[in-house]
Amino acid sequence: MKILVCISHVPDTTSKINFTEGDTKFDTNGVQFVINPNDEFGLTRAMWFKEKQGANVTVVNVGGPETEPTLRKALAIGADAAIRVNTEAKDGVQVAKELANVVSQGGYDLVIAGRESIDYNGGMVPGMLATLANANFVTNCINLEVDGTNATATREIDGGKETVSTSLPLVIGGQKGLVEESDLRIPNMRGIMMARKKPLTILDPINASVETSSVQFEKPAPKGAVTLVDPDNIDELVNLLHNEAKVI
Amino acid sequence: MSVLVYTESEQGKFKKTAFEVASYAKAVAQQLGTNVTAITINAADASELGNYGVDKVLQVNNAELEKFNANAYASVIEQAAKHENATVVVVSSSADSKYLAPMLAIKLDAGYASNVVEAPSNTAPFTVKRTAFTNKAFNMTSITTDVKIVGVSKNAFGLVESSGSASSEDFSPSVDTSGVTVQSVDKATDKVTIADAEIVVSGGRGLKGPENWRMVEELAEVLGAATACSKPVSDLGWRPHSEHVGQTGKPVASNLYIAIGISGAIQHLAGINASKVKVVINTDPEAPFFKAADYGVVGDAFEVVPTLIEKLKAFKAQNA
Ligand SMILES: Cc1cc2nc3c(=O)[nH]c(=O)nc-3n(C[C@H](O)[C@H](O)[C@H](O)COP(=O)(O)OP(=O)(O)OC[C@H]3O[C@@H](n4cnc5c(N)ncnc54)[C@H](O)[C@@H]3O)c2cc1C
Ligand SMILES: Nc1ncnc2c1ncn2[C@@H]1O[C@H](COP(=O)(O)O)[C@@H](O)[C@H]1O
Repeated sequence: MKILVCISHVPDTTSKINFTEGDTKFDTNGVQFVINPNDEFGLTRAMWFKEKQGANVTVVNVGGPETEPTLRKALAIGADAAIRVNTEAKDGVQVAKELANVVSQGGYDLVIAGRESIDYNGGMVPGMLATLANANFVTNCINLEVDGTNATATREIDGGKETVSTSLPLVIGGQKGLVEESDLRIPNMRGIMMARKKPLTILDPINASVETSSVQFEKPAPKGAVTLVDPDNIDELVNLLHNEAKVI
Repeated sequence: MSVLVYTESEQGKFKKTAFEVASYAKAVAQQLGTNVTAITINAADASELGNYGVDKVLQVNNAELEKFNANAYASVIEQAAKHENATVVVVSSSADSKYLAPMLAIKLDAGYASNVVEAPSNTAPFTVKRTAFTNKAFNMTSITTDVKIVGVSKNAFGLVESSGSASSEDFSPSVDTSGVTVQSVDKATDKVTIADAEIVVSGGRGLKGPENWRMVEELAEVLGAATACSKPVSDLGWRPHSEHVGQTGKPVASNLYIAIGISGAIQHLAGINASKVKVVINTDPEAPFFKAADYGVVGDAFEVVPTLIEKLKAFKAQNA
């Protein structure tokens, strides 16, 4: 089985989010970048397929040279090869079209992407990619089994979960549950050394067009101070929630 | 030209989000000087939509669509959009709508903005405000295609009633449910879901162990709320993963969020700060959650929560 894992290169979850150039650009100053958490669960599941069922795992990112350390980290975790499509990621559809080109050239059976990226958090790339690539699609995926060309997936729905049967070629939008938090792997020295020798191919973009453009960023308005209620006066809390906040 | 809105139903009844997206569609239609058409799939009575600004309803009744199939549903909405010559398609942020919207975007060659929190600030270029960086910021985004898809964030726009009435029309699109087949659905029908809940009661590691969740559940019962938890609580297996909220878990956009024994880490707050009113109960006055909350109680959850339950019961009895 040939697996492609889509890796989005995102600010670490502890990052303070700031903007520059008249609030039009994300300020990367002092920001640590990591593998998007949802993609890390997917990559770890891909490792499981590789070890248990035999699979070749390629990771891919659409982005500039600054994303290469993130791809190297994925190689150190155990992916066999990496591809960087050499263009700035501008919107969901542009990224999806670039990825669809990679998929059609590489003939992948299974594409594992994340439910959403924590930066743009559009939740759109995987579904667009599946439709462009004419593949089946399951998102919010919390479990995936593959048997030959058949696949069984579980997806989270509002208030529960649903198990579906489908077939390859398949694109999933994965999340925690594909593997557990405790299954995530920290690259060891050997992995890091080996990653240096693994191929990281730089691919020319097809220069797919965008359909949306970011005009400006805004930060949420600062919050007023908290109203403290004495633990011995919980009646007051009920009163405030009813009369002031009007939420009960 | 019209605005098309996909109004979701469950077992024939509209979800509350259906009325919210209808209200949103009406606001867009007013800006564009056009009408709102709704597309419904297996909804029993569509007339209610008129109360939220819908002028016309395309009703699809098809047994093959009884179980959700994202590709088939996207194709039905695509056919409706073409039939109506829609220039804007509005969908919700439910799990199902977020699943089908990107597929619909490709089918319609439409630009798609998800997690939108306000009516368009401008219609030419068509510009909307969406959340970005998992609720840590907002982004003004222009959609530059002829057809545009807007995914509206839950509880961001609200319900806007209007006095119109909606005409109904049967719509029979072609349906292809191949590809992905639902085998089983595991869903508690008697519990409020985090996605639908007006109130969410959430517990953190401060509650010490799973055996102490009875009071969280009881508080939720009194309030008709959904239960949630912080990430470590689900990682420890105290509560199911589906209850994990935050930046890497489920987003919460309820009217009231009550955090019990949760410190308020940046990743937790990112996922819940779209909630309108936040209450924190924590022994440590230095816990970061107090900076994000509207109301706070510095106290021991094991004393405060039982008292709160008792007071709320009395309040409910009085206001019943
Ligand atoms: C990549 C990444 C992603 C993450 N994503 C998320 C996410 O999506 N959601 C999330 O929640 N976290 C997330 N986290 C974890 C986050 O950083 C915090 O570790 C976590 O939110 C802390 O959970 P907590 O508040 O329950 O526990 P703690 O931080 O241990 O806090 C417990 C709190 O309970 C209080 N307390 C103790 N006893 C009592 C008592 N008797 N009564 C009242 N209060 C009491 C304490 O004062 C303390 O403030 C993420 C972390 C990383 C690295
Ligand atoms: N620039 C990118 N390169 C590779 N994969 C991406 C990129 N952007 C998004 N993805 C994939 O698509 C998923 C959803 O992203 P998004 O639609 O931005 O929320 C991510 O979890 C990744 O798996």
